[in-house]
Amino acid sequence: MKEIVVISGKGGTGKTSITASFAVLGGANLLVADCDVDAADMHLLLEPDFAGDEDFYSGEVAEIDQETCIQCGKCAEVCRFDAIPVVDGKYTVDPLSCEGCGYCARICPVKAITNSVQRVGNLYTSSIRTGTKMIHAKLGIGNENSGKLVAKVKNDAKALAEKEQKNYILVDGSPGVGCPVVSSLSGATFVVLVTEPTVSGVHDLIRVYELVKKFKINAGCIINKADINPERNREIKDFIRKESITLLAEIPYNENFTKAMTMGKTIVEFDSILKKIIVDSWEKIKQKA
Amino acid sequence: MKIAIASGKGGTGKTTLSTNLAAFLAEKEHVVLTDLDVEEPNSGLFIKGTLKHSESKYKMIPEWDSAYCNLCGICQEVCNFNAVLKMGKNIMVFPELCHGCYACSELCPKNSLPMKEKPMGELKHFEAAGLSFIESKLLIGEEQAVPLIKQTIDYVDENFPEEIIKIYDSPPGTSCPVIEATKHADIVILITEPTPFGFHDLTLAVETIRELKKEFVVVVNRYGIGDDSVEKYCKAEGITIIGKIPNDRKVAEVYAKGDLLYPALPSVKKVIEKIALFIQGERGDSGR
Repeated sequence: MKEIVVISGKGGTGKTSITASFAVLGGANLLVADCDVDAADMHLLLEPDFAGDEDFYSGEVAEIDQETCIQCGKCAEVCRFDAIPVVDGKYTVDPLSCEGCGYCARICPVKAITNSVQRVGNLYTSSIRTGTKMIHAKLGIGNENSGKLVAKVKNDAKALAEKEQKNYILVDGSPGVGCPVVSSLSGATFVVLVTEPTVSGVHDLIRVYELVKKFKINAGCIINKADINPERNREIKDFIRKESITLLAEIPYNENFTKAMTMGKTIVEFDSILKKIIVDSWEKIKQKA
Repeated sequence: MKIAIASGKGGTGKTTLSTNLAAFLAEKEHVVLTDLDVEEPNSGLFIKGTLKHSESKYKMIPEWDSAYCNLCGICQEVCNFNAVLKMGKNIMVFPELCHGCYACSELCPKNSLPMKEKPMGELKHFEAAGLSFIESKLLIGEEQAVPLIKQTIDYVDENFPEEIIKIYDSPPGTSCPVIEATKHADIVILITEPTPFGFHDLTLAVETIRELKKEFVVVVNRYGIGDDSVEKYCKAEGITIIGKIPNDRKVAEVYAKGDLLYPALPSVKKVIEKIALFIQGERGDSGR
């Protein structure tokens, strides 16, 4: 089983539109996992039925029982996260700042603090319109542990793909270079980097590839909006040649990306010229993965 | 006045708005621009200034000192993140799992886990005409952005205590990094694009900012493409749209080069002027 992860470093490069197109091309043969749990958008194109719905619990948050509390302030003294401000003359936990380390609960002299597990989001196992299943999630507002939720989405996807004997897992990865994208990348057999020839596109590609290298995963690159700046486009091509990254496709600037999305369609279902380019890169990915 | 520029979806124009607004306002007064997207900071690519100061930023991680350790295992017991493990006659620390809460270190009866500095990123402070620019970059392999965001905000607070306009380019998403970057702001500007993805992620961002009980307004980027779902939503929810940056391939081309938009494109300059006026008005309202 091959696990293909699509990431971009920089947002707005067309990562999700391209991943959803691959999902259409791969059909029933692949399982889809949306690991961009912070701002998951794949469901807008693939029409999941949200059938299997499971609460996801992770991390803890402290709570002070005001009846028992003697207002000694020791909890606030040890808290490194400024999560116990005084509100209306009472020590109170700010759940958005609390990291759930439990230090305050441990040192409270009157045991007024309890730490409880938090529901951080929902996890779905859905059937989608391409004849397969998708694992996706919705992170609760302001919740932490998106890295853990990403790991959970991936593990569930892997288990289901094995059970249903799928050949591929296709992962829409998270942005950035931190915890969620680290979770997205672990276990991948091939990484697709989607970028654009802009100063920030180049900068973010180089940074995120540094991370990919640590995982020693083979990578391919899709340059979207390839014609908006020839100089930067060359810069990207020089970089990927130097790093032995496969050039999968150069997609010209095309507003049909947005038009397709507005119709709830993937690009391969909307524009025949773009379709040819994307089919071609999907074939390359299947060979390389 | 602290203005955080945020968005749920990435690539909708946070950096574009932050840099153009900061540079435009800096033509008349001193402005501080801070890039808090420490995982992928981009504002610096558009601001040309001279480096005034740079420093490494550290997080505090316990380090085992075996000399007096009696292997009681309290450290392992108190760690909620499985970052400290007792294995045989050794105590092992896993820095990438550590949140720096100090519990193991301070609750150790033998003081055998002193906290040590571990580099997590680099802060840089640039000065340009009228504009101070601060950015931090997370080291590759470091997973937690929040501590670095916090320290970067502290640096700005310490170095610029005066009441001037401070603009914060925030990370994307709706989870901890964006909360950290926006919770200290007086007002949040959410930038989005009028597409199904942009609209969906805007609703998530709005929920987040409402949870923080922050005043917020919306700027629509790539206006003219996609559909009217964002405008309809904002109208229904009573959310003010303070500017619409037109969709134009030229915008993408100027951005690609690393140039600011408003000096090159009059249509964008008009929008930036409008947003600047809104900010002046807000400042007047808050009595400063």
